[in-house]
Amino acid sequence: MIRFLLNRLFLIVPTFIGITILAFAFVRVLPGDPVLLIAGERGVSPERYQMLLEQFGYNRPIWEQYWSYLSGIFQGDFGTSVSTKRPVIRDFLTLFPATLELSFFAISFAILLGIPAGVVAAVKRGSWYDQTLMGTALVGYSMPIFWLGLLLIIFFSGMLGWTPVSGRIDMLYYFPATTGFMTIDALLSGQDGAFVSAMRHLILPTVTLGTIPLAVIARQTRSAMLEVLGDDYVRTARAKGLAPHQVIGVHALRNALIPVVTTIGLQVGVMMAGAILTETIFSWPGIGKWMIDAISRRDYPVVQAGLLLIALIVMAVNLIVDVLYGLINPRIRHT
Amino acid sequence: MKLMKTLLAATAVLALAAGAAQAKTLVYCSEGSPEGFDPAPYTSGTTFDASSRPIYNRLVQFTKGSSDTEPGLAESYDVSEDGLEYTFHLRQGVKFHSSDTFTPTRDFNADDVLFSFERQWKSDHPWNAYTAGISWEYFNSMSMGELLSSIEKVDDYTVKFTLTRPEAPFIANMAMDFASIMSAEYAAQLEAAGTMDLLNQAPIGTGPFEFVNYQQDAAIRYSSFDDYWGGVQPLDDLVFAITTDPAVRMQKLQAGECHVMPYPNPADLDSIRADSSLQLMEQEGLNVGYLAYNTTMAPFDNVNVRKALNMAVDKQAIVDAVFEGNATAAINPIPPTIWSYNTSIVDDEYNPEAAKAMLAEAGVENLSMKVWAMPVSRPYNPDARRMAELIQADYAAIGVTAEIVSMEWGEYLSQSLLPDRDGAVLLGWTGDNGDPDNFLAVLLGCDAVGSANRAQWCNEEFDALIQKAKITSDKAERTALYEEAQVVFKREAPWLTIAHSVVFMPMSTKVTGYVMDPKGTHAFDGVDLAE
Repeated sequence: MIRFLLNRLFLIVPTFIGITILAFAFVRVLPGDPVLLIAGERGVSPERYQMLLEQFGYNRPIWEQYWSYLSGIFQGDFGTSVSTKRPVIRDFLTLFPATLELSFFAISFAILLGIPAGVVAAVKRGSWYDQTLMGTALVGYSMPIFWLGLLLIIFFSGMLGWTPVSGRIDMLYYFPATTGFMTIDALLSGQDGAFVSAMRHLILPTVTLGTIPLAVIARQTRSAMLEVLGDDYVRTARAKGLAPHQVIGVHALRNALIPVVTTIGLQVGVMMAGAILTETIFSWPGIGKWMIDAISRRDYPVVQAGLLLIALIVMAVNLIVDVLYGLINPRIRHT
Repeated sequence: MKLMKTLLAATAVLALAAGAAQAKTLVYCSEGSPEGFDPAPYTSGTTFDASSRPIYNRLVQFTKGSSDTEPGLAESYDVSEDGLEYTFHLRQGVKFHSSDTFTPTRDFNADDVLFSFERQWKSDHPWNAYTAGISWEYFNSMSMGELLSSIEKVDDYTVKFTLTRPEAPFIANMAMDFASIMSAEYAAQLEAAGTMDLLNQAPIGTGPFEFVNYQQDAAIRYSSFDDYWGGVQPLDDLVFAITTDPAVRMQKLQAGECHVMPYPNPADLDSIRADSSLQLMEQEGLNVGYLAYNTTMAPFDNVNVRKALNMAVDKQAIVDAVFEGNATAAINPIPPTIWSYNTSIVDDEYNPEAAKAMLAEAGVENLSMKVWAMPVSRPYNPDARRMAELIQADYAAIGVTAEIVSMEWGEYLSQSLLPDRDGAVLLGWTGDNGDPDNFLAVLLGCDAVGSANRAQWCNEEFDALIQKAKITSDKAERTALYEEAQVVFKREAPWLTIAHSVVFMPMSTKVTGYVMDPKGTHAFDGVDLAE
């Protein structure tokens, strides 16, 4: 197990370097002179142009820029935002809890609904239930997030008035951000109704962000279950006279979960992309919206650092999934 | 006991509801996050709405709803005979805000004025680079550094600005956001504590609203400042709920989650008009969209050719198709909301037949030219590609072949400046300080050839008028000069003036006293909320 872990950790190094190069290069191959773009219609005098160029370091050779960028990262310096003039890492840390909270609810929603739905569909294979469920999953999987989010807002908030339109909590409530997680902060504040308001604000974004993972997880669970249900040991368990729920819940599901866990891990990467759209629609102050704003402001240090930090998170999640995988399935850690 | 508890809870809820009804809180669904709360380093309207408008004041201020200026923190000012010395007489008894960490010990005085400008002007000032990567964008782009010769404190309530050359728009500059007056006392406290960047995060000003808190990318809270020199505000609290997507802002407004929103989707305007709980204000924006010929290149150096091309274009069709009707066809290079706008000028009529004849008369046959279309959307031109296509079709009707060219935005801006540029360029301008000079000199003056004057147009008569207006401090005299300059402009036709876009502000019918600002900022002093 230790060797397995070390192996995985070692693999992170080249991946990390690859990502830094990608993030660095990505911003630099974008067309347009960043200084001129910042100046806009107003234009910029040659002296001021030179000054800005030096300030951003764009006048130095490319490898030197990369080196100072890389050494900055190792010192925890991810650069300074061109627009807010604040260190990028500080903005990231302020906003990340909002994304984490939303992602947590969305992935929980996807898992809690997706796995049971997949199991039932597998057990009742071919029934109308199975077909409806898989059909719905396909629709859910193919739905553009932006469109789904707006549709939910227009229907549930606009027409029915059941849910709030956007934001994390009603503007009536105001308390300091202790943890950055609105639901926890609302509880800590002790203000009447704050927690309920925070939860109500979570409903639509959760559904919007969780729909695609939900569909993927349901489909994956179904096919993994179908495969396992046909295996010999399941037949043996049934022959022993075990209750159906024990056969399915204990013997089949545990083994079917192995590929599902991988899928869930992969969905975290997908969710980061989904968060960008979901947060933009719901005015959710997380890193997804932050990245979009940075791109439209052409705030390259933020885009560059944001890409890297998101990639690091996806890498970390994949590492955790690998470890979990080893725990669930002994065959993996011995090979 | 249980009944007692229920009763208590019910009373608490009632008390809360009553409290909420008494505190008047206006929620504004703003379109984006402010970059900071010190307005001087920034240029975006979103940042000014959240910083300079609620929190700060300036020595002179724009009259609500107009581009005129009126006294602000200075009760009055005198201009010397030669137009070089501006002496400001400061208002007495003006209080600064206080916060958890700062309690002002004195009123606003000349030291605050000196601090506010010197930090932007002098590179050796301790506050010149108080956070990483800071630069004083507007101070520099309005050439304040070269314009200022000295700033002197005559006494606690008198400050004298000496200029290096007479420049009448200086007063309008002093009303701009970068000229907001900061507290020197607060700055000194922050400097001593080694927390200088708080100036940009926990602002202290003299304005109508005190800053309470900013939750990044989510909400900004302000409360009415009880000691505001301009009087107590009808509102108790002001909240900016940051909502980037216009469709979502609209839903929030309709659901009652906010009271005012800027920048609606043009497609939503009809449903806003149809909603009885909403009202829709509108005004021409402080902008102009134009097509600039290269007046130094044949045949566009011939005024009759330019005139003919102007007459070939159906502007109303552009307003309808590109702006979806939300614009007015432009006659002059300045928008009608700016003072000195010449209402007596008649636009070149749309007349393809006459245009064709004029071209033939000028000896121009089978003309083929380039029309540059910007790759980005701007208020003065939401879809340049579409606009270029309409112009192309109009030109075809008079036998002119137009090729549409476009390139990446940064490249577009720099290539279009070049004197030997081939073709006419679609571009526009959004004004900074509401002064006509900010359009006419910046975009059409001889000094601006090779920079923002993309028509490369240097007309002696026009330039003499605007240069004279620039050094004349009497406003009536300036107005006459600018009116005449617009006549010369229209006669010489260096541009096809296309449109001034219309800005819309949807808001709840409960909101009263809101005045739209022609400069496009959003301010909530004087605004009230009906029960």
